[in-house]
Amino acid sequence: MKRPYEKPVINKLRSGLMNKFGWSPAYARKVRTAIDGVSVDELCGQFGSPLFVYSERTARRTYRQMFNAFSTRYPNVEFGWSYKTNYLQAICALMHQEGSIAEVVSAMEYDKARLLGIPGEKIIFNGPHKPMAALEKAVVEGAVVNVDNLDEIVDLETVAKKLNRTVHVGMRLNLDAGIYPQWSRFGFNLESGQALDAAKRIARGGRLKLNGLHCHIGTFIMDPQAYAREITKMVKFGYELREAFGFEMESYDIGGGFPSKSRLKGVYLPPEVAIPGIDEFAEAITHAFSEALKPGDFPKLIIESGRAVIDEAGYLITSIVAAKRLADGTRAYVADGGVNLLFTAFWYKFNVELDREVGGINETSVIYGPLCMNIDAIDEGIQLPPLKRGTRLIFSPVGAYNNTQWLQFIEYRPNVVLVTESGEVEIIREAEDITDIQRRERLPKHLELKNGK
Amino acid sequence: MNRLSQLALSDEGFVFDPQTGDSFQVSETGMAVLRALKEGRSDEETAQQLVADFEVSLEEARRDCTDFRGQLKNFGLA
Repeated sequence: MKRPYEKPVINKLRSGLMNKFGWSPAYARKVRTAIDGVSVDELCGQFGSPLFVYSERTARRTYRQMFNAFSTRYPNVEFGWSYKTNYLQAICALMHQEGSIAEVVSAMEYDKARLLGIPGEKIIFNGPHKPMAALEKAVVEGAVVNVDNLDEIVDLETVAKKLNRTVHVGMRLNLDAGIYPQWSRFGFNLESGQALDAAKRIARGGRLKLNGLHCHIGTFIMDPQAYAREITKMVKFGYELREAFGFEMESYDIGGGFPSKSRLKGVYLPPEVAIPGIDEFAEAITHAFSEALKPGDFPKLIIESGRAVIDEAGYLITSIVAAKRLADGTRAYVADGGVNLLFTAFWYKFNVELDREVGGINETSVIYGPLCMNIDAIDEGIQLPPLKRGTRLIFSPVGAYNNTQWLQFIEYRPNVVLVTESGEVEIIREAEDITDIQRRERLPKHLELKNGK
Repeated sequence: MNRLSQLALSDEGFVFDPQTGDSFQVSETGMAVLRALKEGRSDEETAQQLVADFEVSLEEARRDCTDFRGQLKNFGLA
């Protein structure tokens, strides 16, 4: 009787050196045969590989956990779905069904939200580039516009003059929340007095009224106290504005930046250990907020979380198309999806699962994508048993920023599907073909080729 | 001198190279390939032996024998 086959492998033993990863720890090998009960085989058989898969159940559960964490600690909370994190219509609609309003950062995102049926008054318009036409449309439709710079104040005053009415606006602040790097390119700086000067300018103009403050201290923030410092400073400034100009702050928008359970490159501890739970963030924020507010004041607390809500709901299934050895003997694999689909691979080390049990000794391996570029490496230094062609690798969490920042460079973007709560699989974005690439191009008459010339 | 003939192989999957003092860990199939190569069999004969003993296609076995030879070369054993 023939024995089961494992690919032949030889590894050098390094005596005297700590071998903390072990040669063949079966426990370190992760296998995933299904996503929300739908088999990986079935998914790829029907929709191809690579394939993005979203779990509706996980997305809704994560949203509710997060919203409950805040709303059970403070009575006036609103979530704004951060479109830039993932603006697939199905994902946005899911978030809106859960009760989130839209948070957009460009005219294109504003149009997406409106096209989905979100009314202007349910849209927060942030970002450093708000073209005049988009700004006017947002004001007319009642969106919350958070001012980023002095030129935008002038633009908004022009709109107010044209509409012959006072326009309510929010102000984007940047401040020192005790973390590095300090994001200072967006909005007006608080500590230097720039924000106060901008408020003076708004008051002097007489056409705009400040009724909200907005800030976003960074991304993947792992210190809950940074948010506590942020909200404390914002509320203090809000009361200064009331005192000086009579502006009443109806809302404090602390932005997003909460971490998901992904693993930043260079962080040794696993995310379950390194990253505080959302309750710790909610506790720090609402505690500091309540402490800073005067008795009887309950302005709206707006949270614009994206990554922490959707990242865990997203998976990318890829297939090994080739295995090779690099010149130094390192095992390398070529997968059919790389950084073209997983833009966040530049700063995350993903959880990698195999679609089947594979025996054999683990080897330090590199996973490359399909691009003809050296930078297309999704994981360098992963311990994998020898894999054969066709083995599928499932990367997670990948729900945040990949379907908005993915590249169209030399490859078609694949199908994106949603496994619904009832276990059905719906395509939420069709795979591209050549017509998607060519549709906007025009070939001048004199460049048309005849018989290839 | 054939470097492979110098290697000491154990049934438990360990290989000792007396020339350098290096030790290696080898998978079951790796050991089968190593023994075949040590006996002077060709890659094709080795691949066919794998097919006879294990659940593997000739195509995959041929490919893996080539890869294994690359691994030996990388460690200075072939």
